[in-house]
Amino acid sequence: MASPKISLHGVTKAFGPKKVLQGIDLEIAAGESMVVIGGSGTGKSVLLKCILGLMEPNAGSIQVDGEETTDLGRHERARVMRKFGVLFQGGALFDSLRVWENVAFGPIQSDGMPVDEAREVAAAKLGAVGLGPEIGELFPSELSGGMQKRVALARAIAREPEIIFFDEPTTGLDPIMADVINDLIVKCVHDLGATAISITHDMASARKIGHRVGMLHEGKLIWQGPVGEIDRSGNAHVDQFIHGRAEGPIRMQVRKL
Amino acid sequence: MSVPLLTVLGRMTLAFLEAIGSVSAFAFHAIRQAVQPPWYRQQILRQIMEIGYYSLPVVGLTAIFTGMVLALQSYTGFARFSAESAIPNVVVVSLTRELGPVLAGLMVAGRVGAAMAAEIGTMRVTEQIDALTTLSTDPFKYLVVPRLIAGIITLPVLVLVADIIGILGGFLVGVYKLDFNDAAYLRNTLDFLQFQDVFSGLVKAAVFGFLITLMGCYHGYTSKGGAQGVGMATTNAVVSASILILTFNYFITEAFFAR
Ligand SMILES: Nc1ncnc2c1ncn2[C@@H]1O[C@H](COP(=O)(O)OP(=O)(O)OP(=O)(O)O)[C@@H](O)[C@H]1O
Ligand SMILES: [Mg+2]
Repeated sequence: MASPKISLHGVTKAFGPKKVLQGIDLEIAAGESMVVIGGSGTGKSVLLKCILGLMEPNAGSIQVDGEETTDLGRHERARVMRKFGVLFQGGALFDSLRVWENVAFGPIQSDGMPVDEAREVAAAKLGAVGLGPEIGELFPSELSGGMQKRVALARAIAREPEIIFFDEPTTGLDPIMADVINDLIVKCVHDLGATAISITHDMASARKIGHRVGMLHEGKLIWQGPVGEIDRSGNAHVDQFIHGRAEGPIRMQVRKL
Repeated sequence: MSVPLLTVLGRMTLAFLEAIGSVSAFAFHAIRQAVQPPWYRQQILRQIMEIGYYSLPVVGLTAIFTGMVLALQSYTGFARFSAESAIPNVVVVSLTRELGPVLAGLMVAGRVGAAMAAEIGTMRVTEQIDALTTLSTDPFKYLVVPRLIAGIITLPVLVLVADIIGILGGFLVGVYKLDFNDAAYLRNTLDFLQFQDVFSGLVKAAVFGFLITLMGCYHGYTSKGGAQGVGMATTNAVVSASILILTFNYFITEAFFAR
């Protein structure tokens, strides 16, 4: 493999006594689409935030394009950040701005694109996620949950980033729209040549958008491999997860009623 | 049984010092960001509207009634010594030096400080601040600095307006209720109007503007844990800003007028 786009070695992250990531090793090639699966609360979102530099890992190394990013200063951090586009799990739309201003925010504020041009870019990106231009005039609070997710997706791809993170892109969408979004992610990765990390619980989505799958469990990536081999992983945890069985090696922390 | 008490006191002292430390670091960082480009002009203008324009009604009402009650109360006192002519003096000096800036500051702290903490706090817990960072926009520059600048610019203007309205309130009571001659009342007022008094009041206002917006931004920015955390940030912003206003008011007064 050529030098990886993103590589992590021994990344750990704890909140007080709570150990969330316990030594993550991961390499993602340029143009590759990686899917991370794992139970709720296993630290998938934390993993993304560590790579983005929104959280500081306790130990380990994170490299983007071969550049160590765990000890960057503010200006270098901003430069590296330009490579990323992020769809946050909760959408994280700016609720004081209109939908089109949300999508055009990156191009206008940090790339200095003229407002008129950015407005057209926003309309085009909104169109790509199946939202008409009239939606652009609304505020995020006036949209349904699934529409907010699509706006957040449009915002994530508006700057045509080299690396895109999707945190649960299809949660809360109907199956048809979910598939549209899957196609869109595939297209983004293909057309922009972007490198992608997606987090999902939706196995249909994982199979469609992923080249490679990794499973996070108890702070470690316990299995990774090509998406085609996920049914033959030979790993009981993975089998339990992809078939969604309550019985298996993964015990949910629940008590009987 | 004095050990647990001491432990509690010690812990409170430590928490207090820690809070001072982190507020100072926050303020220092904000000031450093404020003197470097880029400046988000649109955000500054929006905040000036938010802090200044929309606070005018409550500040104006506070000021007019304060001026009126000042005239009324000083009359009941001074009439006993036949010193009614000092009423315009009392109204002008107490409004411009103390009551104008302090009352306007407290009103704005309640209105604007709370709103800022709630808005920024919500942005924090819904990951909007993280989203700003990923869009290569420094949340400090985009959210905090415009509010601080707007507060420092706007509060003095508000206080100047409050001074004028308050003096007008005193004038109305003096002329229509206490039977002052209107020209004499005005002349008295102008005679006693000192540049130093007004200026010290405006300096206070600028400092209060900084304190109010600093507390609103700090508590919002550092809030965590959902709606409850945001609610707590709002309360803390108003309470801490009010206490700081009263504390700093004393020290600025001392710096200007103690001899
Ligand atoms: N800022 C934080 N402070 C303290 N603990 C945190 C923080 N962020 C996350 N955690 C903890 O880290 C763990 C992992 O959280 P994370 O959000 O990464 O889960 P996740 O795998 O994305 O789950 P889900 O699929 O439900 O989104 C959780 O137990 C959470 O309580
Ligand atoms: Mg998550």
